[in-house]
This record gives sequence, C-alpha cells and structure tokens, in this order.
Amino acid sequence: MASAMFALAAPAAHAQESVNIGITFGFTGPLESITPHMADAVEFALQEANDSGLLPVTLNPVRADSTCIDAAAAQTAAERLVTSDNVAAIVGADCSGVTIAIANTVTVPNGVVLISPSATSPALSTLDDDGFFFRTSPSDARQGEILADLLTERGIEEVAITYTNNDYGLGLAESFARAFEERGGNVSLSAPHEDGRGDYSAEVAALQASGAQHLMVFGYLDQGGRGIVQAALDTGAFENFYFADGMYGESIIAAIGPGLDGRVLGTVPGSDSAGATSFAELAADAGFDPTSSFAGESYDAAALIILAIAKAGSADRTAIRDGILDIANEPGEKIMPGELARGIELLQNGEDIDYVGATDVELIGEGEAAGSYRVFEIRDGALHTVEYR
Amino acid sequence: MPIRKFAVPSSEAEIPDFLNAIVLLANFVVIPATAYGAQLALGALGVTLVYSVLRFANFAHGDLMAFGTAATILIVWLFQGWGVSLAPLPTAILALPLGMIITCLLALGTDRFVYRFYRHQRSPAIVFVMVSVGVMFIYNALTRFLIGVDDRRFEDGERFIVTVIGFREATGLDQGLALRTSQVLTVIVMVLVTTAVFWFLRSTRTGKSMRAYSDNEDLALLSGINPDRVVLVTWMLAASLATIAGVLYGLDKSFRPFTYFQILLPIFAAAIVGGIGQPFGAVAGGFIIAFSEVALTYAWRGFLTHILPPDLIPAGLVQILSVEYKFAVSFLILVIVLLVRPTGIIRGRVF
Repeated sequence: MASAMFALAAPAAHAQESVNIGITFGFTGPLESITPHMADAVEFALQEANDSGLLPVTLNPVRADSTCIDAAAAQTAAERLVTSDNVAAIVGADCSGVTIAIANTVTVPNGVVLISPSATSPALSTLDDDGFFFRTSPSDARQGEILADLLTERGIEEVAITYTNNDYGLGLAESFARAFEERGGNVSLSAPHEDGRGDYSAEVAALQASGAQHLMVFGYLDQGGRGIVQAALDTGAFENFYFADGMYGESIIAAIGPGLDGRVLGTVPGSDSAGATSFAELAADAGFDPTSSFAGESYDAAALIILAIAKAGSADRTAIRDGILDIANEPGEKIMPGELARGIELLQNGEDIDYVGATDVELIGEGEAAGSYRVFEIRDGALHTVEYR
Repeated sequence: MPIRKFAVPSSEAEIPDFLNAIVLLANFVVIPATAYGAQLALGALGVTLVYSVLRFANFAHGDLMAFGTAATILIVWLFQGWGVSLAPLPTAILALPLGMIITCLLALGTDRFVYRFYRHQRSPAIVFVMVSVGVMFIYNALTRFLIGVDDRRFEDGERFIVTVIGFREATGLDQGLALRTSQVLTVIVMVLVTTAVFWFLRSTRTGKSMRAYSDNEDLALLSGINPDRVVLVTWMLAASLATIAGVLYGLDKSFRPFTYFQILLPIFAAAIVGGIGQPFGAVAGGFIIAFSEVALTYAWRGFLTHILPPDLIPAGLVQILSVEYKFAVSFLILVIVLLVRPTGIIRGRVF
C-alpha cells in the first residue's frame, strides 16, 4: 500500500505536464546539410527552458520532416504534429514553398503558431494568417535590396540571375531585380533552373550568352545552385558569383574546391550583435555549429514560443500567438541568448521584456524579422565574414 | 565602364572574331553535345540490342545504368582506399570492368528469375514491357539501397585537358575553351565499344547466331542455335553497355540515381529515331537527340554577336526553347519521327 501511494505521488511531485513543441525542417532534401544544426538549436533552447524549472510545463521536442520541396509530404508531417502529437506550437518550416503550404492548410486553420526561422519568400509577408505565422528571418525583399546595394557599391552594372524554380528562388530574383534596376543596374537575363538535374551546361550557356560578367546564384548549395556554379567555372562562362543565403555553407567549398577562392561574395542573415557572440559560445559548449545557416534564427524562434508560454502561464495555442509580438519588441528588459530563465522570471512577475536573442530579433509588420545580414566571401578555401549590414 | 564580354567587331578584328564565334560554339554546343551524344548512343545501343534479340522495349535500362554506375563507384572508393589509381585518368576506368561484371550478374539473375518465366510462357511483347517496368522499380530501389540518393562525384585524376584560362592565354582570343578529360574519354570509349559491338555482330559465330535468332527465332532453333546462349550473350552485352554508358555519364556530369531515370526518355528517343533494332541507327540517333537538345535550348545571341555587324545584333537571346523544356525536345523528335517515318532513319531488316 505504501509503495502504491509512493508510485502515485511520485509524478505529482514534479506536477508538470509535458507539452509537445513541433520542429519541422527538411531533414531530407535540398537543405539536409544545414537542417540538423537548426533542429539542434531549437532543442537546445527547449532544454534551456526546461532546465530553468520555471515553466509551468515541460517542453518536449517532436521532429517531423518537411522535405523542403514536397508540399504534400510537408502537410502530412505538420498534420501529424498538430493532431496526433497535439503540439502547442511549431518551429518551421525551412523552405518557403512548404511553409506556405503548411500555414495555409494546417497551422492557420487549426490555430497553431508557426514560426519559421528560414522561410524568406516575400509572399509570406502577405499571407492571410490570422496572426498565427511569424518568422525570425527577414523577407527576401530585404536581402534583394542588400545584394543590390553591395553590387552597386562595387560598380557592377550588369548581371545575370539564375534562381531555383520555387517560391524562394523566384521571390528573391524578383526583389533583387527590382532593387538593382532602381539603382540603375541592368539584369541581362533572369532564368530559373530545376534542382536535381545531372547536367547544367545548357542553363549556363544561356546565362553566358546574355553577355553579363557577373552571376547571381539564388539556389541551393546541395542542388542545382552547385551544379550551375560548377558548370560555369568549368566552361569559363562566369568568374564572379554572388550567393544568396541558400548557397551559404561549407559543403559547396568541399564540392567545388579552390576554384571558388576570391570569386564569391554573398549574404546570409546574421548579425554581429552581442547576442550573436554569446549564442556562438553557448552553441560551442553544447556541441553544435552556430555559424551554420539559420541556427541563430532557429534558437530565437524556439525562444519566442517558450517566452510566450511563460507570459501566458500555459501552453494555450492562441495565448502563444497573442504574446509573441510583445515579447519580441520594445519596451522591456533586453534578453540575450542563454538568459531565457531571466526572461521567464520577468514575464511571470508581469514585467515587459524585449527579446534580443542571437539575431537581434525585431519583428515588424505582421511578425517578421526586420533583418540584418552578414556579407561573406570565400577565400583560402573557407567562408569569411566581410561585414554586417 | 563595365568590361564588355563581346568586343564590338571592327573590320580589322574580323578574323579573330570569327574564330571567337567558332570557339564559343565549340565550348558551349559542340563539345558538350558530342559527349552527351556519345553517352546516349551507348545507352540506345543497349536498348536496341535487347529489342532486336529479345523483342521488347526494356524500360529497366536506365536504372540498370544507374546500378552499374553505383557498383563502379563503390569499387572506385575501394581502390581509392587502397591508394590504387590510374592518374591522370580517373580511377573509374580501372573499376569499370569489375562494375560491368557485377551488372552482368544482376542482368543474368533478373533474366533467370523473371524474364525466363515469361519467355517459356511465350508471353506477348507488351507483357515483357510491363515486366521491365516492374524490374525498373526494383533496380531503382536496389541502387538507392546500395549507394543512397545523394549526388556523387567520382571524377578524380586530371579533370581538364584544356582549361579556359590556358586556352585564352595560348591563343589570345576573348572566348575560352574547356575540354574535360571525361569528355574525351567518353568519345574514345564510345568509338572503341561501338566498333567492337559491330564487329562482334558481323563477324563472330555468336554474333551471327544472335542476328539469326533475331531474324527468325524458329528457323534459328531449327539450325541448331542454342537460344539460352543467345539470350545470355545479349544480356551480358546490354549490361556491359549500360554500365559503360552510365559511368561515362556520371563521370562527365555527376551521379544521382534519379537522373538516370530521367535520361531514359532521350535514350529511347535515340533508339527510335535511329530505327529501333538498328545498332548503327541507335548511335546516329544518340547524336541527333543530343545536338537537337543542346542547339534548340542554346541562346545564339553570343554567337551572332561575333559574326554579325553591330547594328544587326539581336536584342533578345535568340533561344528557340527555354532550357526548362530540354526534355521536351526528345518528346518532340519522338512524336515527329513516329508520325513521319515510324521506321526511324535507318530502314530495313533488323541488324
């Protein structure tokens, strides 16, 4: 009898119900080389919150594969998270196309918050989302402007664009072309490429024939983007490349080799704020790569959910939605990465906070990051940071 | 001022500019299309052999190529691990014969356990075609189990014979020219292999018995030709050709199982354009398809800039079809050939 009572009392001693938080990234597919780091960052944030012991619930991560490219598979995965895993909120998805699909068919109709760390298509800014969609990455409309600024400052007047044939590629190509032409530049050709082909020499031949000397590559580093750059270097069609965030990663250097040295300039979301530095230290201690694309944004996406739960005092889906904008923006005490416990405490005392996080989170409009970018180049077989803007 | 890639032609510069046009065309059309054509030709030769001797369109050929390439890549990795290499040539050339043997075993095993049953049933050709679709899916999965779905580059050794920078420095022309080892290898191997296959079919006893079997199966059996032997040799030839074509394609581009499924269409188009069952036609068909694909999707503006007077240079890209429609070219040619000349360019009896 005593042992039976003890058994009953034991769980009650913790008195915490477990709440699932969904993580949907393309663990297979074009972004499979960076998504493990993104998921690690999310789980790291959840662990940090659980370790603080201050939340009314224990947060339990549940991963699901968004595949990045297959909208039907992504919807099924998200449906599973919402219905059978009964998640309080979801971090994801990674690519814009599947994110739009998940938001439209699963999370918005079910009233679940979806925070994407990496979907950057301008189309997401105007989504009819009932306030349930947020992103800690900026819209590509911003990245297009920054790339256009970079090129104009370097005196480049004519470029060709190759983009991956999806929402991300098209959105970025359009926003860049608009910004570049406003600054007096000329886009000689903007052509899509399909991912997963064996041969990209015909694509490169058409881009070369446009007469431009500089090639903008708005693709993926594990896919067509790499194929295009390889074919362009092999045939001598282009010598200078400008990468957007989808092309940022060590694997492209490993695949193509020294041919890229000194020829690549690119942008990837990131900032040199104090938050970025302390996030890098935390990540290094926890054993994942903080410089990997969108690792900081992923941590921040999870942190916003955690803090919204703390503010609401429960894991209610709608209450999470209502809290996020207040937490992310001024006024209030600034909260850095690794200070989630402090943030939770302040919120529970009814005070305001301004979550800064790893990427200087500042949500504008309907809830997307204002955006700061890291300009990088490839030199001596490695990625180097040139500046932040 | 930005540096313009295309210098404005003047009367003094006319000759080098004409040379520039030729070099540009060679770099972006002639060289890639020749290598691609040779790869298609080898694939189409295998399809045509199976069609003429075993009398069915083998849809599993593309995935047989993928399997053969995957097997060869695994052996390449083994050799690289041992430090064995054929530098400056790619190690794949050394691994190719072993890959061919493994692929032959797979093809023979498939025949023993799948096709032989239907042959003994004397099933109609359409049943064989459907069976080959099933076999295609099995090979498809087998390849993915063996090596995974990722992109594999196994091109080692010296990648270039002529580099763009080297060519520009040597000739002083504006346009560069790249010639890759894999492209030259492809063409050399293709010439050697097709010559050997033609010689084998024309001059050896086994080759003649294959042709006899293909002409009239019953008559061939009456003359004492062993059908099992003919089938065995046909599969070994088809599997070897598939492996060679697949490895050359993978060396030149990159290996990803899915792309081998995609090139099945141009391979069939090549075999049909050449007149299915005609080995020489298959080779010719390979080059016709490859050159059509590349020429129709090439943007000719760059070429015209060099040869036309400045005021006639077109503003557009002069591109007949956008690159996304590359595979549609095969379809288009296929439809036209089947409507206009269903027997293909080479008529007459099989072989």
